[in-house]
Amino acid sequence: MFPRIVYESFRRQARRKALAGIAITLGVAVATAMIAVATDIGDKINRELRSYGANLVVTPQEDTLDVEVGGVNLKPPSDGAFLNEADLPKIRGTFWHHNIVGFSPMLPVTVKLGSGSGAQDVTLVGTYFNKALSFGKEDFTTGVRITHPWWKVSCRDGRLARPSRGEDSAGACNWPNDDSQNVLIGERLAAKLSKNSGDNLEINGRQFLISGILSTGAAEDDQIVAPLALAQQILGKPGAVRRVYVSALTKPPDALSVRDPKTMTPEVYDRWYCSPYVESIAYQLQEVIPHSHAEQIRQVAQNEGTVLSRIKGLMLLITFAALLASALAVSAAMATAIYERRVEVGLMKALGAGNLAVSAIFFAEALLLALVGGIAGFSAGALLARQIGRSIFNSQIAIEPVLFPIIIAIAVFVTFAGSAAAIRRAVKFDPVFALRGEG
Amino acid sequence: MTTSTTPGTLLTPRQVADRRAHSPHISMFGRMLLRAAVLRRRRAASALLAMIVAAAVATAMMNLYVDVQAKLRTEFRSYGANVVIVAKDGQSLPADALARVESVLGAKTLAVPFSYAVARTANGQSVVVVGIDFARARQLNHWWKVSRWPSAPNEALIGMRAAAVVSPGTSPNHQPFELTFQGKGIQLAPAGMLQTGAGEDSRIYIDQAEFQTWTGIAPSTIEVAANGTAAEVGTSIRELAQLLPSSDVRPVRQIMEGEANVLNKTRATLYASATLVVLTSALCVLATLIGWVFDRRRDFAIMKALGASERLVNGFFAAEAAALGVVGAIFGFFIGIGVAVWIGRVNFHAPVVPRFSVFPYVLAGSVAVALLSAILPIELLRRVQPAIILRGE
Repeated sequence: MFPRIVYESFRRQARRKALAGIAITLGVAVATAMIAVATDIGDKINRELRSYGANLVVTPQEDTLDVEVGGVNLKPPSDGAFLNEADLPKIRGTFWHHNIVGFSPMLPVTVKLGSGSGAQDVTLVGTYFNKALSFGKEDFTTGVRITHPWWKVSCRDGRLARPSRGEDSAGACNWPNDDSQNVLIGERLAAKLSKNSGDNLEINGRQFLISGILSTGAAEDDQIVAPLALAQQILGKPGAVRRVYVSALTKPPDALSVRDPKTMTPEVYDRWYCSPYVESIAYQLQEVIPHSHAEQIRQVAQNEGTVLSRIKGLMLLITFAALLASALAVSAAMATAIYERRVEVGLMKALGAGNLAVSAIFFAEALLLALVGGIAGFSAGALLARQIGRSIFNSQIAIEPVLFPIIIAIAVFVTFAGSAAAIRRAVKFDPVFALRGEG
Repeated sequence: MTTSTTPGTLLTPRQVADRRAHSPHISMFGRMLLRAAVLRRRRAASALLAMIVAAAVATAMMNLYVDVQAKLRTEFRSYGANVVIVAKDGQSLPADALARVESVLGAKTLAVPFSYAVARTANGQSVVVVGIDFARARQLNHWWKVSRWPSAPNEALIGMRAAAVVSPGTSPNHQPFELTFQGKGIQLAPAGMLQTGAGEDSRIYIDQAEFQTWTGIAPSTIEVAANGTAAEVGTSIRELAQLLPSSDVRPVRQIMEGEANVLNKTRATLYASATLVVLTSALCVLATLIGWVFDRRRDFAIMKALGASERLVNGFFAAEAAALGVVGAIFGFFIGIGVAVWIGRVNFHAPVVPRFSVFPYVLAGSVAVALLSAILPIELLRRVQPAIILRGE
């Protein structure tokens, strides 16, 4: 009898059940999407924060002082220690290599531009633009195009340059190929020398092709940027690298992150080592690159945490608001659906049904609605989250499978809670009034 | 399903007459509205509650959407300067440059002048010495890790790597040291270590005034943390460039673009979430109000059976819904402002400024949703004969 009553109730009142079901589905969909977005927003914003550039810098251990004012290096170029370029791919072998978005080596050398009386000293920086490297079986590309996303290369006609593909033809405007002998010229230096993309530039007596005008808003605007190999050639030190900028996804600092690893117990040390703190990634970089010193760039690294926690906190609070609103919508829909069926309750009670039996029927119906609405809502919410991820962050928002039972449980709980008050009132209502159609 | 039979609300004719005599005269229409709300207060209260919650959520969301961007922008200022003013060709800036910058940007904007010189240590090493205003630099560059800021005269802040050269030893036992610039010596006492992971680590920072009496070099760079949107910062840059024609005023692209990027994504996420939340709460109102109006099909049928015109009946239900929308919007607005202020305090440690400009939108939205929820069931009921409703079918 019990299953039949429930079944008939769904069959005969399909429209009303559909309304309640839609309310539950929409509520659950919004809740699912918001929870998915809120749990993933930290990771997404962390990636966006990488547009601030590298948060770690690796320098030789016995590095001498930089004597640099306003982007002009006053130190003799061959002075000081260097890192070995051959060690760099090992960065991909660190424990947190998945968190390392990219790295760029830098090698500044002082060069003489032009010849005769017009000659002047400027800094030429050798780096990777988009260098293809491999570590073990893994192939990857890295360079300033990843670690310094605000660098812009423009052409003679003012449009932005595209990355180089294959061999550079003479006069083409693009980001130089890492194997080429082409250079970029900083925009202020270019204006001073009235040079443009496609022109030739005499560096230390040799002619080089300018493949584009570089604009960075920093010291590089007065410098020349060239492929690393070219800078090493000019310096006469193959394989030499002055410093390496590393851009890594990190966890905001906390009490554990700032502790000195030397004073930790083995368990604490393991926990520290296996957390992607900027400090532990720096420590691991030092391990893989011999004679190096890795340091966080505090301007970038220290501020990430605050921005990240603010945005995460905000999303958390909004998710609560969304959960509250969808819970209210579901309860309102359920309360309305039950309120309309007081005549039925009256009839059942007049036929001798107890309060418990009547409530059981309503709760069974609510459970069914919650399950169906919950499953449909979860799928819709997952799609919605995906759509949000794709349109805002250009990447997928992953839905944790563990979310499914939690969402269903919440849906059932909210539906029950929303129905409970209405069921109690429906059951308490005098059947006589209900059957006479009053009240 | 009228409530006239509910025992508590029954009045004797005398009492009714008494009441009418004492109550101010209201039209039949007004009385019907009032009585409907009073007699069915439970259902009316639940509909009103839904309305209030929806309006509150919408208000909070709109307030946050507008204000959070301003709040986040102030957070982003902890990344430091976004505009740099550099004197051309290694010259110094005019003496009143800082005052002029502050006159354009207002005193609230942080502007920090820097002056640079290359000095020699006792053993002949070159080191960059910078003259700064410590109080300002401290405000601008939150990320500087400083063991102790200089407070006494001739105290210097020493970069980690510079410390190894000029004053070996472990903190706080650093030895005083001497620097010479163009034959003029200065005796400095190390106050604290500076660690940033960037170029600052190789430099020594001393007080601006002491620097100038020692070297005679005036500031050549001013770093500015300009507040506001990208467009506002762009305007400030143009104004500054006009004001200081002998210098280069340029945005720090790394900071500006990083900020724009993160802010845009956050804004888009916030917008999507706020839309979802507002839609859900509108759905909540819709579900409650449809039930409420549908429940009153008897009132509807009686009015029609007594000869009320379609216009009057529709007007009655519409007025009821609109009244609900207005009351809900007013209460919801203030609760929503409270929620937004609370979120601002919890998350940003600064209150969100209440924006009364969103009130018209909340009001219009609430009334629109309420009217929509009233019209839907009435459209359904209109097609039904009053007799059928009254017979309870």
